[in-house]
Amino acid sequence: MEHYNMNLTLKVWRQQNAQSQGQFETYQVKDISSEMSFLEMFDVLNEQLISEGKEPITFDHDCREGICGACSMFIDGQPHGPWSETTTCQLHMRQYKNGDTIVVEPWRAKAFPVIKDLMVDRSAFDRIIQAGGYISVNTGNAQDANCLPIAKDKADESFAAAACIGCGACVAACKNASAMLFLSAKVAHLALLPQGEPERRSRVMNMVEQHDKEGFGACTNTMACEAECPKAISILNIRRLNAEYIGAVSSGRD
Amino acid sequence: MNWKQAFTSSIGKKLVMALTGVFLILFLIVHCYVNALVFLEWFGPLGRGYKAYEGAAHFLGSNPLTRIAEIGLLAGIILHIVQGLMLFFDNKTKRPVDYNVHPGNKSSKWYSRSMGLLGTLILLFLVLHLYHFWVPNRYQQLVTGHEKDLYLLMELTFKDLWVVIVYILGCISLAYHLLHGFWSAFQTLGLSTKKYTGLLRCVGTVYSIVIPLIFIAMPLSFYLGLLPDAETARAATQTLAH
Repeated sequence: MEHYNMNLTLKVWRQQNAQSQGQFETYQVKDISSEMSFLEMFDVLNEQLISEGKEPITFDHDCREGICGACSMFIDGQPHGPWSETTTCQLHMRQYKNGDTIVVEPWRAKAFPVIKDLMVDRSAFDRIIQAGGYISVNTGNAQDANCLPIAKDKADESFAAAACIGCGACVAACKNASAMLFLSAKVAHLALLPQGEPERRSRVMNMVEQHDKEGFGACTNTMACEAECPKAISILNIRRLNAEYIGAVSSGRD
Repeated sequence: MNWKQAFTSSIGKKLVMALTGVFLILFLIVHCYVNALVFLEWFGPLGRGYKAYEGAAHFLGSNPLTRIAEIGLLAGIILHIVQGLMLFFDNKTKRPVDYNVHPGNKSSKWYSRSMGLLGTLILLFLVLHLYHFWVPNRYQQLVTGHEKDLYLLMELTFKDLWVVIVYILGCISLAYHLLHGFWSAFQTLGLSTKKYTGLLRCVGTVYSIVIPLIFIAMPLSFYLGLLPDAETARAATQTLAH
């Protein structure tokens, strides 16, 4: 693909802290390379702001290779921007043309309060994991390989659910700010494996309870989460979560 | 985990919606079947549809079992409405600061995001519908012990063009509500597995189109005079063999 440079107008949400009122600020960036990632474009903008003596824009980022789930921008109405199965760091500027205007907002959810600018507090996800997204095993020597036979389809399905990077795009995309896709991925990947069996019932009950306590909404099955998930986590996991929930409720065990 | 907790969590509330939803889906099949009997007028001697419809309606209206089931139906509808409205308003509070740019239809269907609105339209239609048929029929039954001639009631009600239009709009709202709701109920109940999700989507789509279309055909047929009037049909039933 041919390389080109572009000038862009950015409308970015600026907010001093969780308490303050935020507002959109408009910035112009020049000579952005089509080979840059979206975050590199933000780096250029921040350098520009620093040289002008202004405060740079705060945004989450870490690995910048699409696997950590830190980056979290809501770009022109879509979490992680217009490319499917892509995180913001893997969105590249060849998506845009010279003269484009891009609106960048933080994830919006009661359970994800804004910390500053585009950075939100996603610790609610950590607390959901703490409520049950683990297995209890005795430590000691590593077990023999293959001593726990797991069917290939189960292993594949579990692995696909475990691909969730906990970025929160599902919450950002959901009209109810529900975290069902995240929650279901975390429940499903353990529910499919024998290692997850001992805490199977209590896990789903505790994690759903924590999900609700954090202030996430209920699921309407609009499937916006699946469409926006950078790891293409399937809503079949939500189906499994619901079945696990019904199983746990009707088994009567806590 | 007690039952109260089980049905008040975010998933529990959805289970209430799904269970009552499936119940209402089943009811619609019975309702549609009984009312569609009027169309037998097109498939046989004059009066055949009238007779079949009046017979079935009278059987349901005078049978103590179906009268008890009617209470269950009312409870199901009320539960579906109340829980639906509670979920709608509760979910609205989960994003206190809204986005400046909305995703629109990029990632989801408009009707899947509009179940609250579509449900409210159906509720408004339902109030009018009960006022047209259920209330006067039950009232007369209570006072005189006899039900109304429902075929005649349909004929008279659907003489007004605005009533026909409102019924058509109500059925279109129902169609879109079902187009999402049918599959969604099975997803919530944990039954829309990889193997069955395609089948459920397919059956759901067919159901959501066919049932409302049959319902729309009734006011339309009466208004356009495609069905014989009640008097002629009733008179003809006298000559029909039993």
